[in-house]
Order: sequence, then structure tokens, then C-alpha cells
Amino acid sequence: MEKNKKLTKVLMSGNEAMGEAAIRAGCKFYSGYPITPQNELTAYMARRMREEGRAFVQAESELAAINMIFGAAVTGVRTMTSSSSPGISLKQEGISYLAGCQLPAVIINVMRGGPGLGNIDSSQSDYFQSTRGGGHGDYFTPTLAPWSAEEATKLVVLAFDLADYYRTPVLVLADAIIGQMMEPVGLPFERMFKKKLPKKTWALTGAKKRPANAVMSLLLGDRVLQRHNERLGRKWDKIKEKEQRFDTYKVQDAKYLIVAYGSQARIAFEAVDILRKQNIKAGLFRPISLWPYPEKGLKELAKGVKKVLVVEQSLGQMVEDVRAALPLGEISFLGKAGGGIPLAKEIVGAIKKSL
Amino acid sequence: MAKVKIEKDRCKGCELCVFYCPLKSLELSSDLNKRGVRAANFKKDAKCSGCGFCFLICADRCIKVEK
Amino acid sequence: MKNEFLPPKSLRDVNTHYCSGCGHGILHRLVAQVIDELGLRERVIGVAPVGCAVLAYNYWDFDVSEAAHGRALAVATGIKRSRPEKIVFTYQGDGDLASIGIAETLHTANRGENLTCVFVNNACYGMTGGQMAPTTMIGQKTTTTPWGRDPAFGEGWPLKVSELLAPLKGVSYLARSSISKPQGVRQTYQYIKKAFINQIEKKGFSMVEVLSPCPTIWKKTPIEAAKWIDQEMVKEFPLGVIKE
Repeated sequence: MEKNKKLTKVLMSGNEAMGEAAIRAGCKFYSGYPITPQNELTAYMARRMREEGRAFVQAESELAAINMIFGAAVTGVRTMTSSSSPGISLKQEGISYLAGCQLPAVIINVMRGGPGLGNIDSSQSDYFQSTRGGGHGDYFTPTLAPWSAEEATKLVVLAFDLADYYRTPVLVLADAIIGQMMEPVGLPFERMFKKKLPKKTWALTGAKKRPANAVMSLLLGDRVLQRHNERLGRKWDKIKEKEQRFDTYKVQDAKYLIVAYGSQARIAFEAVDILRKQNIKAGLFRPISLWPYPEKGLKELAKGVKKVLVVEQSLGQMVEDVRAALPLGEISFLGKAGGGIPLAKEIVGAIKKSL
Repeated sequence: MAKVKIEKDRCKGCELCVFYCPLKSLELSSDLNKRGVRAANFKKDAKCSGCGFCFLICADRCIKVEK
Repeated sequence: MKNEFLPPKSLRDVNTHYCSGCGHGILHRLVAQVIDELGLRERVIGVAPVGCAVLAYNYWDFDVSEAAHGRALAVATGIKRSRPEKIVFTYQGDGDLASIGIAETLHTANRGENLTCVFVNNACYGMTGGQMAPTTMIGQKTTTTPWGRDPAFGEGWPLKVSELLAPLKGVSYLARSSISKPQGVRQTYQYIKKAFINQIEKKGFSMVEVLSPCPTIWKKTPIEAAKWIDQEMVKEFPLGVIKE
């Protein structure tokens, strides 16, 4: 990916870092539409894609943007779009088509508050939408949630690899804090996915020396769609088996486990340190893949844990996956919606209350 | 003299070729084809100038015009 | 001598699902004929709409993609920008292009995307059973205008997309034809060919609007449908080159 292997650190916002990661991952086509708090990403792509001699289109709408990247994906090139919550709602139709047609593409959601126009503060209220398919039909999209600008770059690169490997749209679920915050980012970006990627023999490139290809999700006829969906189902099962990702902090002897992702995990991280100073054995479980949910890791960790506290910037969405993974666990929830952010002292308070 | 060849079982019986044939050399058959419609038919010993109108207006690739 | 009255190679030797007297079969053939004539089969990528022509990839023997309803030109934009050396076209009906996809149509044209668009205007939604389209004629009965389209009841007037696009600088070629009769079929072939040559010559957005019969929904015989185009539709949608 990068000729100069010497690691340098550059100060970038998460939005810009994700853009640069996409470019280094070989993204050949980007399309986006203005929406806060991800505008820096679109602006970054506008400048950098032309510098690289690649294609950037400011679309007339989110619908057009997602369908443009559908078109790019059809030809087998790496492609990405980005938006924020209300815009992602508009893209859901296209994401469903990408999933149905088995086309690889990367979609970044820099979440803001909802429902409706909501506000432009950080939020994690699109968890359900991201991890439960989001659009119409029976499908899932692998969803990766970074907790820093630097990790965002790695996850964008990983998202492109997962998309190509599994032939599926992949979401990177960031939030306003991750998108806006400036942090040192290591260059070049690390590639986490080591498997060989399949050739895109299905791509539309002109029917030269091969039979004509067609890309479609319309599958009429007796049980044709049923068989297709069953094939997709086996794919989702494989992804669930192979692609669960998480990180932990001070969990070896933890009795109190905090579960949080994205920017909220940064705050939970601080809370763990505060609790540890007070001799309370707290640890952090941080899902990186939200779908598939890292339930295997969580189940394993939870064995020695007394209590689990799930912290989210929402009224409680991921907590349902934690409850599903730990049906017998003692799970409590701390959340704030509409741009509210549970603070470290509030997390500390919630843990201490449960002592 | 040109000649019109019709694949009868493809024909959906729209009758447009019959309607547009300048020499009135086409007709609908009296019997039904596999689709259950009266297919277009080149009349016995009919004239054909090879204008291709029937080919042009046929949506179901039933017609070939041989010159 | 080359026989022009043979089916083109890029058209598969299969029966279509279209109704008797439907124009799609003719138009599929014309597009395939142009592609063969210009030697484009190995570099062309088509985009099919949602509507009756959704299964076009079963009939054309070259690469074809599906697109969500109304988004064919956005999909085509992504294809063309990713692979500028390919020849990319959309094939869309009036519900797809003029109603749900009018924003994509307008903006793709306004960006001057180097694409070819074949716009099939049959004044109704065919696939869904005959609802009013933006192009439905005044007084035309559909399932959603059971007394005939009436502007007095807020149903608006027939939308003239070609005339709407004509002033845009990104648009290089606009023509409207009818396939209601053999001469019109021949003319349509010439227009479509021109619209593809424009793309090869990188001239920008080209669109051919084709008045095409839908006898089933119009509740007419194919011959009556052809006559209705010639006598009624052409008054609202005049034929000829609109912009060159």
C-alpha cells in the first residue's frame, strides 16, 4: 500500500484520516453529499481524489451518492461513500441493493443525534440500524466502530478488505467526536486482513473473451430468491464465525466489566483508571465489530465478572446484544440520548452504586 | 423477389406487420400457434419488395426478410 | 449485400416476457443493433431500470446491471467515472426516469456526464398495472386517474423531459422519436446511433426519448395503440431532434 514504510505521525481529524485511509486502500470512486458532522471527509476526498487522478462526484442527494457507488462497485473498483445519520437513512435502499447484488462497498456513518434532523452532536443511536440490516430484506452489513482517528484508518482499510472478501457492503460506524477530533495518526496505515482476496470475475467490464455478466437482485421464479437468501445466510454465518473483533483493557482480574464502543469507550477507558485507583477491579470490553457482535469474547470474559455495565450515547441499543450474549448476567445500563454523553464520573458512579 | 420468413411460434399476434405491409402480403393465420394466438403469415405466392417494414415493426424477432 | 433485416448478435435468441404490441422488443433490438454496428459489444455496460424492462439483461448479450427504481443514471455515473473507457447507457421508462428518478436525470444531464440514455415514454406505469405517470396525457384513463388525467384535480400536465433538459449546458444531444410505425423505427435507430457516437466522441449527455406503445394498459389493440401515438401523443410530445 505504501512505498515508504517509515512510520510517521500526522495530526488529522478522524474524518480526514478516514478519507486518507480510503485513498491508500485503493478507493477509485467516492461520492458524497454535504451533511454535518462528516463534511471534512467529503471535502478531503474532493481534493485528494483529483490529486490521485481518481473519481470524486458531489452527488445531488444521498440516494444518488449510494447508487453512484453501486455503479462503481458493479465495475469491480473499490468505492466508498460517507454521511451522517439522516443521510445514512436515505442510503439504506442502496445498501439493501448492494447486499442483495453482493457488491463490495464501504459506507462511513459519522453518527449524529436523531430521530429526524436531531442535532449535530455525537450520538450512538444508529446502532440498531447498522447492525440489523437497516434497509428492506433479509441481510446484515459488517459494522466496524473505531474509537480513535488512528483506529478509524485501520478499520477503513479493513472494511475494504472485508467488503471484497465477502462481497458485501461494510459500514464504518464512527460518531461526531471521532470524526471531528484531531489526533496523531500513524502513516502508513496498517492492514489487518491477511487473507487472499478473490478475483472479481462477476464485475461488469465489458463482455470481452467471456460470456456477458449481469448484476441483479431481482430473482423471480420458483424458490430462486429463497435459495439466494439461503446462500446469503451462509455468508452471514461465516462472517459471524470469523470476523468478531474486540479490544479489552484491564480485564484479567476484573469483577466489574464496562462495555462501550466508539468515542464512548474512550470515556469508559478513563473511568476504568479512576475505579482502579479506588481499588475497584473494573475493566473495559470494547466491541470493534458491532456486527457481528463479539459475543464469543464477551461470554469468555464475563465468566469471572460480577456485574456488567453497558454505556452508550443512546437510550440503550447495544445493551440488547449484551443481554443476548449474557442471558444470566447481571447487566445494568447507563445511557444518554440526543447528543448527551455519559461522563467518566457518571460511569464511576454507576459502578460504585452497584457495589 | 424478396421473401418474408416468419417463426410462427414466436409471434404474439400483434398484427402490426400485417397492418404496415405496403403490398398487403401478410395476414393472420386462421389457426392458433403454440402461444395460442393467430400468428402472422406470409400469404401464398404473395409479392414482397423487401422493404423490411414487417421486420422493423416486429417486437418479437419472428420475422426475417430474405432478399 | 448485407441484410439489414436480421436480428442483431447482441440480442439473445430468446422470447421476451413483453405483451403483444409492446414497444420494448423493438427498442431492445435497436439498441443491440447500434451496439453491433458500432462494434461496442465488448466495451458496453448497460443499466436496466425498474419497470417492464427490468429483465433487459435476459435479452441483451452484453454486460448489464440492475439499478434501483429511478437511479439508473446515478448507477451509470458511477460506472462511467470508474471506467471512463467503457460505453455506458441507461434504458429507462417514464416512471423511472421522469418521476422517481427526475432528480438523477436532471443532475446527470446537468453535470454533462458522458452517457447515453434511452428514455421509453409510454405515458403510464406498465409493470405495476397502469397508474398515471408524469407523462400521462390529459384525459388519459389510468388506475389512479380513473376519470382521465385532469389538471383541475391537481394531477398536473404531461411532463416534457426532453424540453426540460434542452437548456442545460451539459446536454449535447436530445431527440424524440416514435416506434409506432416502421419509418419511426428506422428514425429511432438513427437517433440512438447518434447518441452512442456522441459518447464515443466524449460530447456529454445524450438522450433519445422514444414514444412507445403499451396496448395492454391503454386498453387498445396494438394497431389502435400505434394510431393513438401518431394522432394524440405526438401533439403533446412533438417528434424530431430537440438539441444537437
